[in-house]
Amino acid sequence: MVEPGQIVIAGIGHTQFGSHEGRSTIALNVEAISKALEDAGIAKDAVDGLFVKYPTSQFQTIYAHKVAEAMGIQPRMCGVLDQAGAANISMIGYAAMAIEAGQCEIAVISFADNPKTGSRAASQRAMGGDSIYGWYGAAAGYAMIAQRHMQQWGTTRDHLGQVAVTCRTNGMANPNAQLRKPLTMEDYRASRMIVSPLQRDDCCLLSDGGAAVVVMSAERARIEGIANAVPILGFGQGHASWEVTQRSDLTATQASASARTAFEMARLSPRDIDVAQLYDCFSIVPLITLEDYGFCPQGQGGSFAADIGIGLDGGLPINTSGGLLSETGMPGLQLVIEAVRQMRGTAVNQVRDAANCIVSNQGGVMQTHATLIVGKAA
Amino acid sequence: MTAVKHIAPASLPAPEIDDLNRPHWDGLLEGELRFQRCAACDHAWLPAREHCPSCLGNDVRWEAGSGEARLISWITYYVAFDPAFKERLPYIVAIVALKEGPRMLTNIVGIESEADLSIEMRLALAIEWEGETAVARFRLAGEKA
Repeated sequence: MVEPGQIVIAGIGHTQFGSHEGRSTIALNVEAISKALEDAGIAKDAVDGLFVKYPTSQFQTIYAHKVAEAMGIQPRMCGVLDQAGAANISMIGYAAMAIEAGQCEIAVISFADNPKTGSRAASQRAMGGDSIYGWYGAAAGYAMIAQRHMQQWGTTRDHLGQVAVTCRTNGMANPNAQLRKPLTMEDYRASRMIVSPLQRDDCCLLSDGGAAVVVMSAERARIEGIANAVPILGFGQGHASWEVTQRSDLTATQASASARTAFEMARLSPRDIDVAQLYDCFSIVPLITLEDYGFCPQGQGGSFAADIGIGLDGGLPINTSGGLLSETGMPGLQLVIEAVRQMRGTAVNQVRDAANCIVSNQGGVMQTHATLIVGKAA
Repeated sequence: MTAVKHIAPASLPAPEIDDLNRPHWDGLLEGELRFQRCAACDHAWLPAREHCPSCLGNDVRWEAGSGEARLISWITYYVAFDPAFKERLPYIVAIVALKEGPRMLTNIVGIESEADLSIEMRLALAIEWEGETAVARFRLAGEKA
């Protein structure tokens, strides 16, 4: 069993977020990994576990091995996990279990993609055989969920807007954020409708870039003399599996199972959590995640945002570097990196005295989910 | 059931019809909305599968539905992801639950605006033609097709 604090995140790295015209996803992975290894003070040859999420915009077989080849390493464990946006946190969990089981000692988890300057086909294709109904694009499934949530639970456009404005406000202070243009609630209300009820500012950015983290045992980090290693307190997964069309309840997901596993492992509960990085590919998602995680009852995510507060001065600050809506649209590893910065005390929007941070990753149309809880750096 | 003849402004992408789902599309040509039911456990579903997703049995039969449904959720497209839909903007895509249980994607037709819609409202099948394809769309129940 992996005990809370037994495994740490010892290094973080990322490329610039935005456009990387002409650069391959392999090169972006290698840049992010090099920075993460430099941050940890670890030589590339010490890496014996390499876990990669394949670029969303273009599936390739044995992709992780191409990254390993580009790094000139021959790791003991190596491969890609296909869980869409949940993959990065899930791979951190698998790496932790592999390290505990003696299968590898120093693992790198990495992701890079270039959909902004490369191919956008993956985010715009027709879904299944349903193109005759006009069912296209990633936003549509989330819009179905948002509509049902608004109708069933009284969630309002302004509740969604609060997520968008909070993330943008946080991102404005982050020099690495891709979108830093101010966004007021008035701007949000006037934003262009894409697939109602979702407007442009409800939808995540399209971004090129890469990010990576280095994971090892706390013991190994001590031996290596790594300062600022951030302990992993808990992790978990949950998978709703059904396409949104077939899901019996559109407004709840298996994020609940994922969080329950992570909270039990960490021996914590929602009321113990100081800061959260909640996957915000679309504004409805953090609200439902707050509900599924037990921060509030089902349907009350909007009121939680309005009454308890999700801004830096709120009861539960979320997405302190801007999230997918402002920092970068890449699927999830940037949220883990921000959690590490919060626990090191080096975040741009540092939450004072934060002793822990919860992170959610999810994908498909809320079919996949993974949760990570980290604690204060040693 | 009445099939409403519809002149398409631009031809829509044709559905991918194969041996597995052909009974569904053939049914619509004949004015019926067909779904699958498991002979072993009675579970009913769409889209077509080779096995029952509930008991994993293989004795799968096709059945014609009543055409009655309720509205689970809907969205309105203001952007055309395919040029074929540009002239149809804004258009509505919905998830409906058939009275017999299966859920499916569809379009809602015959309404003034989406303000006419609310979840759980009753709907009725309105088959429309797109070229040679009969498509299962829905209108508000109680209204003439």
